[in-house]
Amino acid sequence: MKIERGRYLTQNIAKILIWMAALSTMAVMALIVFQVLWEGLPVLSLSFFLDSPRSMGREGGIFSTIIGTFALTIVAILFATPLGVGTAIFLWEYTREGRISRTIRFGIGCLAGVPSIIFGLFGFVFFVIYLNMGWSILSGGLTMAALILPTIISATEEALKAIPYSFREVSYSLGGTKWQTVTRAVIPSALPGIFTGIILGICRSIEETAVVILTAGSSLLIPTSLFSPVRTMSVHFYILAREGISMEMAYGTGAALILLVLVVNIVANFLLHRYARKKT
Amino acid sequence: MSTGNKIAIKDFNFYYGSLQALQMINLDIRANEIFALLGPARSGKTTFLKSLNRLTDLVYGASHTGTILLDGEDIYDPKISLTQLRRRVGIVFDLPIPLPMSIYENVAYGPKLSNKTQKKYLDEIIEKALRSAFLWDEVKDRLHTSALRLSGGQQQRLCISRILALDPEVLLLDEPCSGLDPISTASIEETLSRLKKEYTIVLVPHNIQQASRVADRVGFLLDGKLVEEGPAFEIFTRPKNKKTEDYISGKFG
Repeated sequence: MKIERGRYLTQNIAKILIWMAALSTMAVMALIVFQVLWEGLPVLSLSFFLDSPRSMGREGGIFSTIIGTFALTIVAILFATPLGVGTAIFLWEYTREGRISRTIRFGIGCLAGVPSIIFGLFGFVFFVIYLNMGWSILSGGLTMAALILPTIISATEEALKAIPYSFREVSYSLGGTKWQTVTRAVIPSALPGIFTGIILGICRSIEETAVVILTAGSSLLIPTSLFSPVRTMSVHFYILAREGISMEMAYGTGAALILLVLVVNIVANFLLHRYARKKT
Repeated sequence: MSTGNKIAIKDFNFYYGSLQALQMINLDIRANEIFALLGPARSGKTTFLKSLNRLTDLVYGASHTGTILLDGEDIYDPKISLTQLRRRVGIVFDLPIPLPMSIYENVAYGPKLSNKTQKKYLDEIIEKALRSAFLWDEVKDRLHTSALRLSGGQQQRLCISRILALDPEVLLLDEPCSGLDPISTASIEETLSRLKKEYTIVLVPHNIQQASRVADRVGFLLDGKLVEEGPAFEIFTRPKNKKTEDYISGKFG
């Protein structure tokens, strides 16, 4: 009896601790979101989204920074997705585990651990100065692509690993080539995982500041080409708050950022569920 | 090349790295027969089947000596098309592995791999394949629903249709009934007996009774060696080898 009670006590304490861990995580997250939304939501209006910033962002809206955010993210994803997915397919489907694949994987791990400011510095030196691309969407997008590459590679690789070997065997046994097997039997099943990696990449590019400041500049003008400098919403938030231009507008931008990330995730979830339903 | 032999295996040895899985196999498999390969677990049956359409090529470090002739042609000849070989010699695995797509797409998977297959013939090919595996009547109204929703027996017949859609010459079946109930097993056995009119079938049965029900000829594989082979009736009634006798009478296995 005594031992039994001890087991139940342990069980209950564990339960309480685990609940507390989960609840405090939720609480911290809720507090941050709540604070930003509390301060920022009253600022939001249609004109806040559709007007360009005036007098350094003290007045007007954040339209040009929304355009900047989208432009930079799209360029980053367009470059990082094929490269990242391709690398993951190479690593998992086309090479046997060996020195080469281990070296590449080690490199990717290191890349994932490099602080973003270092990426920013690299982008500044290489794209902005050496390739003479200036502060631009292209410089920023390419640097950002490098930053999110490890995320997409590992997400894709995990997705490929989760596909049973038997699917590949079935495809080969039906006369499929390696390429047909990868593209028809493996990738469709791995797509949700790959997609999740891309979404993580998108969110990362939306929230990143250091890379953008060093490689895309902080222009408040609406970009006209890939070589125009831009300011993203995150950078706008940072500059408004850091330089004490307008805390009110900073919180407005912050709230808009949170909403944007929320929308991206909701849409992504919706698409994933629809895809999963179609498959089973 | 003697007539009637679909597959001729000569002095065939197979190795996974340094481990020898098959030893000096000499065997002829005749056209339009069901050849059943018996043997205890890990005796090399699956390796034998997979070496007949070179799925063993996928295993790192695998090697072989000797020859396997399909219609007199060496299947390990570097000049032959591997994808073509696998279309001619189809395999069904021990567990049904439907790909996560619709019933239709599963059967269409093979034909669609070669660009020769035209869309308008595809529907016909798929209906014919599903009919041959006796699945058509059960699925004709839901061809575009996921294959994962079929029962185990239906999934295995789907896997057979998937092979038949390629119009192969040889069917390799690796314990195709291992996960199935007696009714599904009976329907698959019936399917096999009808299919042998058009195909040559090499079957690893999931028990000895199954071999006695469907096989024309039987081989007994033990530790990678083909101990005995001959007409099913002879093997089951008067096996020449003591080990074969012990195995089929259930003394080990």
